Amino acid sequence: MEILVCVKRVPDTAENEFELNSAGNDLDRDDLVYSVNEWDNYAVEEAIQIVDNVGGSVTVVTVGDDESEEVLRREMAMGANNGVLLSDDAFEGSDGKGIAAILKAEVEKGKYDLILTGAQADEGAGQVGGMLAAMLDYPYASLVNKIEVKDDTSIHVGREIEGGNQEMNEIQLPCVLSIQTGINEPRYVGIRGIRKVASVDVPVKGAGDLGIDPAAVGKDGAKTRRVDYFVPDLGDGAEMLEGSTEEIIEKLIEKLKAKGGL
Amino acid sequence: MTQMFAYIPFKNGAAEDVALEYPDAAKKIDPSAEVTAVAAGTGADLDKVADAMTRIYKQVIKIDHADLAYPNAEQVRKALLDVLPHDAIILLPHDTFGMDLAPGLAVKMDSAYAADIVDFEGLDGQDLKMIRQELGGAVYTHVTSDVSSGAVITVRPGSFAPTEDTAAGGSVVDKSGDVKDLSAKRKFLEVVVAEVGDVDITKADVLVSVGRGIEEEENIEIAQELADAMGAVVSCSRPIVDAKWLEKSRQVGTSGQTVKPKVYMAMGISGSFQHLGGVKGNPFIVAVNKNPKAPIFQVADVGIVEDILEFMPELTEAVKAL
Repeated sequence: MEILVCVKRVPDTAENEFELNSAGNDLDRDDLVYSVNEWDNYAVEEAIQIVDNVGGSVTVVTVGDDESEEVLRREMAMGANNGVLLSDDAFEGSDGKGIAAILKAEVEKGKYDLILTGAQADEGAGQVGGMLAAMLDYPYASLVNKIEVKDDTSIHVGREIEGGNQEMNEIQLPCVLSIQTGINEPRYVGIRGIRKVASVDVPVKGAGDLGIDPAAVGKDGAKTRRVDYFVPDLGDGAEMLEGSTEEIIEKLIEKLKAKGGL
Repeated sequence: MTQMFAYIPFKNGAAEDVALEYPDAAKKIDPSAEVTAVAAGTGADLDKVADAMTRIYKQVIKIDHADLAYPNAEQVRKALLDVLPHDAIILLPHDTFGMDLAPGLAVKMDSAYAADIVDFEGLDGQDLKMIRQELGGAVYTHVTSDVSSGAVITVRPGSFAPTEDTAAGGSVVDKSGDVKDLSAKRKFLEVVVAEVGDVDITKADVLVSVGRGIEEEENIEIAQELADAMGAVVSCSRPIVDAKWLEKSRQVGTSGQTVKPKVYMAMGISGSFQHLGGVKGNPFIVAVNKNPKAPIFQVADVGIVEDILEFMPELTEAVKAL
């Protein structure tokens, strides 16, 4: 099984406190900690496990700048065989469709049976996998939390739906799946693993290499654009209990008693 | 005038709540636009839903096809492509079905796509201005979509006011005949229903619910001790289930259980909308989180900025001493 996994370098939501810049229209990006999108680690782990079981290879690809190479190397340290960086000034400002169009061009350069993405990333749209599938005319399933390889032509996938239930589908290959967290336990990546792949060549491809019209992607090709970031006024919110821990607990217990919590 | 369509998801012959929320969303996009409901499926359940929607929408398009007995996104997409004008604004829910259908639909319609919209600020020429959240709800953004060649938009369920006006007196238009080939490369097999664990969190009056702030599997015990002291039950947010520290049946959220306790203790839970979507019935919410900017403080009744690993044992002792 030849598997391509699309990954992304994102600001780490667990490690950062997000603040606006002084102009109040963008994030203050000076000290942001970046990492691999959480969902993508599950996708790469799943790809590695499939290849361990049925053979083949795992390639990780990302659209980004020079710094995005580090997330490719991290996923290669996990066990992905190859990495490809799709990078060009013309790609900047792409919307979901632009990113999907860039990835489509790379998919068509190879011969992949299975293409995986994370279910969503920092923007929370969960759009690239479904768009890529539609552009390729491949079948698609989102929020996948189970994959069973049946044969060379089809797989069974479980999708997470409401209430903890799972929707099982049979899908023909090649296909695109977006992977939900919890499908597996992504393996730990140590410093040794990172060192091992530090000198491996990661090819960089631009619009020309991929045969992409620069006007069709990037800011100019985007039908949906982000205007600014902001933090809204959200009304009163919670009554914040303050004081020493002892005082807080005393106040809390009174409230819990009144509300039937004790 | 903008042509707007709202996709009506339904289960067991009843439309989901979002069906009542689209009219408010549509009004914020363009107050002059009429919204047409679209219901796809088959048989008596579909008829029932389509009829019910005539009380809310002036026009309801019905697509009846045996292959749509289960809403397979690939087949629903084909049906919508056959029936709807490609320059329309189409509203869908941002849920597990909408996320499956909408991105590909936008590609096939060659229209703009905007996901998980929580509010609209209206049309400015061809640009529709919208509000969404990014980075797990940590920040909001304004986005604009050029809707001149149509748009597919998923709205976050629960973000818009449900309509109370149920006297539209609309009519059902049967467009089943417009649907052509619905063969698909993805075939629905079955729904595997979640196993019920040994503890039913949906029945508990008081929940001590833990999130990422619990840090390690062994620390679940600290929450269990507090729950025991309070006569409560331990539940959790998604990352705890992903890490396999608690079973799926303990997870609160849209992808887990829906709970209706009297008191909800959110311990080290940031408060994503997927999590809060599982907390119903307006419980008294106590949030303890060491990050003073955690979104949970916007919805909680009482907020405490502390490390739960230090706070919970002290609270346990105080409760035991009562």
